[in-house]
Order: sequence, then structure tokens, then C-alpha cells
Amino acid sequence: MTAAILSAPAAMVPLPKRAQKRVLPGFNLTLGYTLLYLSLIVLIPLSALVFKTFTLTWEQFWLAVASPRVVASYQLTFGASFIAALVNAVFGLLLAWVLVRYTFPGKKIVDALVDLPFALPTAVAGISLTALLAGNGWIGQYLEPHGIQLAFNRNGIVIALIFIGLPFVVRTVQPVLEDCEKELEEAATCLGATRWQTFRFVIFPSIAPALLTGFAMAFARAVGEYGSVIFIAGNMPMVSEITPLIIIGKLEQYDYAGATAVATVMLVISFVLLLVINALQAWQRRRSGAQS
Amino acid sequence: MSARSHTTEPTWVRYTLIGLALGFVLLFLVLPLAAVATEALRKGVDAYWEALKEPDAWSAIRLTLITAVIAVPMNLVFGVSAAWCIAKYEFKGKAFLTTLVDLPFSVSPVVAGLVYVLMFGAHGWFGPWLQAHDIKIIFAVPGIVLATMFVTFPFIARELIPLMQEQGTEEEQAAQVLGASGWQTFWHVTLPNIKWGLVYGVILCNARAMGEFGAVSVVSGHIRGQTNTMPLHVEILYNEYQSVAAFAVASLLALLAVLTLVIKQVVEWHFERDQKAAASLPPERPLADKP
Repeated sequence: MTAAILSAPAAMVPLPKRAQKRVLPGFNLTLGYTLLYLSLIVLIPLSALVFKTFTLTWEQFWLAVASPRVVASYQLTFGASFIAALVNAVFGLLLAWVLVRYTFPGKKIVDALVDLPFALPTAVAGISLTALLAGNGWIGQYLEPHGIQLAFNRNGIVIALIFIGLPFVVRTVQPVLEDCEKELEEAATCLGATRWQTFRFVIFPSIAPALLTGFAMAFARAVGEYGSVIFIAGNMPMVSEITPLIIIGKLEQYDYAGATAVATVMLVISFVLLLVINALQAWQRRRSGAQS
Repeated sequence: MSARSHTTEPTWVRYTLIGLALGFVLLFLVLPLAAVATEALRKGVDAYWEALKEPDAWSAIRLTLITAVIAVPMNLVFGVSAAWCIAKYEFKGKAFLTTLVDLPFSVSPVVAGLVYVLMFGAHGWFGPWLQAHDIKIIFAVPGIVLATMFVTFPFIARELIPLMQEQGTEEEQAAQVLGASGWQTFWHVTLPNIKWGLVYGVILCNARAMGEFGAVSVVSGHIRGQTNTMPLHVEILYNEYQSVAAFAVASLLALLAVLTLVIKQVVEWHFERDQKAAASLPPERPLADKP
């Protein structure tokens, strides 16, 4: 009872700035533990990778990261990830739109199912997609006679990457679409815009940052993906061998230097993608902040 | 009715879009799940149970559970600690720290496994010392646990940070003014406020911890019956063309995924209900309920 009475003045009393900052205990403890655990689990191990790379000569490094087989794997990894992220951007936007704007039976189930790729282990996704798309699978058996092969080649890689990246675009666009103000659309309609013009010039600009963020997240996830892809890819050198598999291959031949060099390239790319995603999210926050 | 039709699409457009979206969901989400179930039961229920009763399958299940039981609580403690210091205080470098917490999300699982090999492997930093003391980390259970901790590192912190930032520090300050200790404030004020976010983070973290493949594959060494987790066991069986057995073990993991989605949905309902209840209270904060 007294709490309600006391809490209001407590918040209003102008405390000196330093005291206000530290009114809650535990700052040193939590920051210290956070930094310690972060260092032990993430930062020190990652720095081991960087240090190991510096023990290589420039020539060794270049030989490892720029050999034709490795370059082919970059092209494949980035190309397939880009196509998959693009498909996810289109269908993710469609799914988010349908889930926010329309009602239909089973909507709640579809909404829950969207997170399946987050929850389903990648190895399970890999073998079940392969079972579906292989020549004797549910889908494969109808496509094979027409000369369409979806498993054990590059098509399979793209399909696996679409699966694992699917929730990112939906889950970034959905909340923004929910917050979209109907008034703006009504205004556009009153001013004579067609429904398509309203979408193109009113709705789309406000969800574009979220869409790009989702695209970048799906792309970043796809670039590093391993588990689901290796089952369906066929893993032919120069043709359908992704970069993470190159690292595994080098490790299995005890070529630690080579594996480290390629891993460093991937780590740098993840850093860059993380910074891009952070910048996109900041843009999105500014955009939604400016609107409201 | 006519007012509504100006801010939505013609019926045929709506049905086409819904149809396309449902078709996509059916192809990419429902069919793979259904495929796991049918492939696992292809040779009947008896073959399914036989595959699960295998000693190697059992040891894989046990190792997966052990890994999750260690990795999830470690990341839970870290997540609460990180969220507390990031959400409740202002300090220099906060944005950078938040980015670092997110870092494991964007690192490829294979790279995550490799960094531990470079630390603890035979040729790694601590390799000679570990060998001299007869401690095995790589190609043994500790390496699997460490790699799993790395890939599931941000899950709980990610859920808690925005939630705790949104709630601010007023309630905790009030508890402090009333003489509560730091722990009392946390247990009786903060924890009830973040409990749904916490459960949410834990189940997602657990799903990933039990299902991680790439990172664990690098550090495990694939010793049957000893360092095989469930996803690795699925891979071995699959590569040996024991399709039914592979899908039988995979079906357990798929079940875990479905269970995770169900719990997640239940948590969301509870969270929304609590939010609505809080919103329907009079403007004063519902502090009076608290001891």
C-alpha cells in the first residue's frame, strides 16, 4: 500500500547525477561478469583465430584464400545466399502482409509455424528437404521426369538457405506493418491514389528499412550455414561446395593454417554484415521515431 | 463497409495473396515436417522403436541432454547479468558491448567450432599443456559444451535486453528506497517482470543447444557412443544409408522443435495477457500488490 505512495516522490526527488546513476546496486558485479564470460567464451577464442592468421606469411594466406576451389566456393556461397535472401524478402513480405492485414482460418498456426526454421535443427532440415527433393521423394518424383533436379546440386543449396532464412524477413517486417498508421493510407486514398500507388508510395517506404534489415539478416545467416546445406548440396568441388565445407575439408586434412585463413575471411565478412545490420536497424529506429 | 474497402484490396487480390503465402508455407515448412514423420515410420512402428533403442542412439540422446543442461544455465546467468548491466545503467561503450553480445549470431557455426580447436586442439594454444596434464577438451565432451555455449551465447540476453530497457528502473528504485537489498529487488521486483521473456529466451536457447550441428561437428571427432550428439548421430546414420534410423532420431529433434513452438505460443499468450492486465489497471503502477 505504502509503496504506491512512496514511489512517486522517490522518482521526482532531484538526486545528484552520480547518485542517480548508481542507485541500483550490482553494476560492477554484472558488468564484470558480463565482460568476463564474454571474453572467455567469445573474444579470446576469436582472437586465437586472428593470432593464428598472423603467424602465416602473406603468401601462405593468399594461397589458402584465393585458390580457384576456394574462390568458387565464395561465389557459390554468396550467390546462393543472395538468391535465397531475395526470395525470402519477397515471400517474407508477402507472409508478413497476409498475417497482419488479412484474416483466414489457421492464421495463428501459420504465424507460429513461421519460427520453425529457428527451432528445427539444421541437420533435420537438411535430411528432410533432401528426402522431399531427391529423385524418389514426394516432390522430386514429379520433377525428375521433366529434367528438373532440385537435390544434390546448386538448386538444393538455395532451397535449404531459403528454409533457414525464412523467419528473418517475416519477423522484422511484421511489427513495423502492425504499427503502420491507417490514417496515412486513408489520406492517400482520399487524394485519389490507387491501392497500388498507396502501397508503392506510402506503405512500402515505411517498411523498406525493416525489409532490408530482414534481408541482411537472412543473407548473413545463409552465408555461414552448414548443417542443412551439406546434405542436399552434393558437395562437388568447384560446383556445389560451400565455404564452411572448405574449412571442414581443410581441417580433416590437418591443414590448420589453410582452415584458419579461410575462416578469417568468413569472420571479417560476418563482422561487416553485423555492422551493416546494426546501421540498418538504427535507420529503421530513426524512421519509426520520426513518424510517431 | 465501403470505408473499409478503400484501405484494403479487392477480394480476388486478397485471396490470391493468401493462397500464395499458404502455398509457400506448405512447401517450405509443412512438407519438411511431414517428411520427417513419414520417413521415420516408413518401415513401421517396430522399426522406429528399434532404431531409438539402439545404444548409440541412447548415448547420443544422453550427450545432447548433458550439453543443454550445462550450456543453457550458463547462458541464462550470463543473459540476466548482461541484460541487467546494459538495460539498467548508462555507461560508455554500451552500444559496442551490445554489438559484441550479438556477435556469435553472425559467426558461422563452423568458424565457432574452429576457434576452439585452435585454442584447445593438439596444435592449439593450450594443446601441449592440456596433453601434459591428460585433459581432453577437443574431440571430447567439454569441447562440445563450449562450442554449444558459443553458438547459443546471445539468445537469452537478446530477449531480455529490450524487455528490461522498456521497463526502466522506476520499480527497482522504489524497492531500493523501501530498503530492499539488491538480491531482494531482483527476485521480487525484476524477475516477476521479466519472467516470460526469460522463459522465451530459455526455450529458444535450448532448442538451438540441442540442435546445433556445424560447431559441434568440428569439435566432436564423431566417436560413436562417446562424442556424438543427436544431430551428429543423425548425420552418421544418414550417411550409412540407415534412413529409417536417421529419421527416427531426427523425429525426436523435430518433436522438440514443435514443442518449442507450442511453448513459445503459450508464453506469448501469457505475456499479452499480463500486458493487458497491466494496461487496464489505473495509472498508478500496480506496486501495491508487491510485498
